[in-house]
Amino acid sequence: MQTTELQKVASQVRRDILRQVHGVQSGHPGGSLGCTDLLVELFFNSMNLKLDSSGQVIFQMDGKNEDVFFLSNGHISPLLYSVLARRGYFNVSELASFRKLNSRLQGHPTPHEHLEGVRIASGSLGQGLSVAIGVAQAKKLNSDNSIVYCLMGDGEQNEGQVWEAAMYAPHHNVNNLIVFIDENGQQIDGPTEKVMNNLDLEAKYQAFGWQVLRVDGNNMSDLTAVIQESKALLVNNKPVMVIMKTEMGAGVDFMMHSHKWHGVAPNDEQLAAALGQLEETLGDY
Amino acid sequence: MALFTYDSKKDTRSGFGAGMEYLSQNNSKVVALCADLIGSLKLESFIKNSPERFFQTGIAEANMIGLAAGLSIGGYIPYATTFANFGTGRVYDQIRQSVAYSGKNVKIACSHAGLTLGEDGATHQILEDIGLMKMLPGMVVINPCDYNQTKAATIAIASYEGPVYLRFGRPVVPVFTSENQVFEIGKALRLIEGTDVSIFATGHLVWEAIIAAEILLEKGIHAEIINIHTIKPLDVDAIHTSVAKTGCVVSAEEHQINGGLGDSIAQYLALNLPSPQEFVGVYDTFGESGKPAELMEKYGLNANSIVEKALLAISRKK
Repeated sequence: MQTTELQKVASQVRRDILRQVHGVQSGHPGGSLGCTDLLVELFFNSMNLKLDSSGQVIFQMDGKNEDVFFLSNGHISPLLYSVLARRGYFNVSELASFRKLNSRLQGHPTPHEHLEGVRIASGSLGQGLSVAIGVAQAKKLNSDNSIVYCLMGDGEQNEGQVWEAAMYAPHHNVNNLIVFIDENGQQIDGPTEKVMNNLDLEAKYQAFGWQVLRVDGNNMSDLTAVIQESKALLVNNKPVMVIMKTEMGAGVDFMMHSHKWHGVAPNDEQLAAALGQLEETLGDY
Repeated sequence: MALFTYDSKKDTRSGFGAGMEYLSQNNSKVVALCADLIGSLKLESFIKNSPERFFQTGIAEANMIGLAAGLSIGGYIPYATTFANFGTGRVYDQIRQSVAYSGKNVKIACSHAGLTLGEDGATHQILEDIGLMKMLPGMVVINPCDYNQTKAATIAIASYEGPVYLRFGRPVVPVFTSENQVFEIGKALRLIEGTDVSIFATGHLVWEAIIAAEILLEKGIHAEIINIHTIKPLDVDAIHTSVAKTGCVVSAEEHQINGGLGDSIAQYLALNLPSPQEFVGVYDTFGESGKPAELMEKYGLNANSIVEKALLAISRKK
């Protein structure tokens, strides 16, 4: 898909995020908006997904012979749900049930409700990278050459398990794994540099044996390029870490440059103002 | 009079190793992970036979649980192995979210459960693991009693789709169940028929319950001994049938009385067949260093304690 087409999808996904969170007055819009471009790029362009003869995506839990994606920072669930629905895993009308009683769209993603596209629960932070590595190793045992993608938050780097996994993947030459860190510099209690400074993530992951790239996570063509570059680097027999600089709340001017919108829902007025900045490209649900 | 005999003593963890050796040759979907304790888990044969299906995680149990969940998504049957303390309590949230809530086909197989780990002391002697694991929705909890049963359970759980906690131990104990037995998850096994008291034991306490039955028989008391190798799902039919006949209960386990087998039995009986019950287990305290037999004596986890509790339970019958 062309960059301009991806940008149109991203605009609709951002509308979906805001409308889901507004609809239940609960959820995490800031990080969801910030990571929208990456997930749209992956699901609508770079990832090879399993399709039926008519080109419709099919969900299979084992993800064999297709690229798979794991969301470790599960609180940006409205983004994942929108992208999955827009890509055809389930009906977009189901987005209206986000975080409501008896919904498959739980506050944080889970396969417990059998939602197509979700293979693991995430929400309690720090676990997704380990799961992604396990899936990558299963692919190698299956002689399946497809790629495992994973996204983590930068606040999530506080979790010790992340570094257990960081140590493991290069040691075991996991060379079918591309991981992104959403470096938006914010976490619940404030800027990461004040709450718990990650210092130089690039140097840290390089020291752990990863191949590290950087990208502007809110620039679609740069994302496409960095994913291509990452795939090419896998021949070196080591996993790739992409440190992705994003702006929390990207796409809505008054939600950017602050961590205020990490876990706050817009009211009616704020929703209208935000939607006014985002073109409805695919039709609201 | 010996009600049961045995030819040898072996550790239950070696039964696990033997089961894994069998699986290395007979189930190509089984993979094993270990957090720097290959020798303690008796995984040498599995690794020798199937090196490509073994994953050394280093001393990083949280990552190990996540890896196992991932491997299960890819269609494998992972056995995540370490000491019981590090494989349950240390990684409770990882098991909760990535395995149990996610409904993954992961086997958490842990050695050195309970006091009988011995001299390493309380930091390594988990007595809460049955409780932690049984509280997780959908988790199967198994605590076999000897080498043969542990081997059989290890093999059987590979054919069960879903998360399982398999618990075993370090000391050598009598091997008294049959070789090549078929292990049925959730099926209690009556070892000795009796009419005066139902003694439900699990793990290392099953043999102690047999000895207790012999002692009680000398006093003219006929104890019914039932091996509860599966704590969850609990064989409530077997429990009901036995207690309806005997009218009183003793539960025996190498675990805290809070959250263990006795707890599960009491909950069932309170709702369905209220009966006097006594608990052989550790009473809300940590363990300590010592030889396994010394510890079992000090903390009241042996045949004499079971006899004492059986007499008490019988005296409480109306």
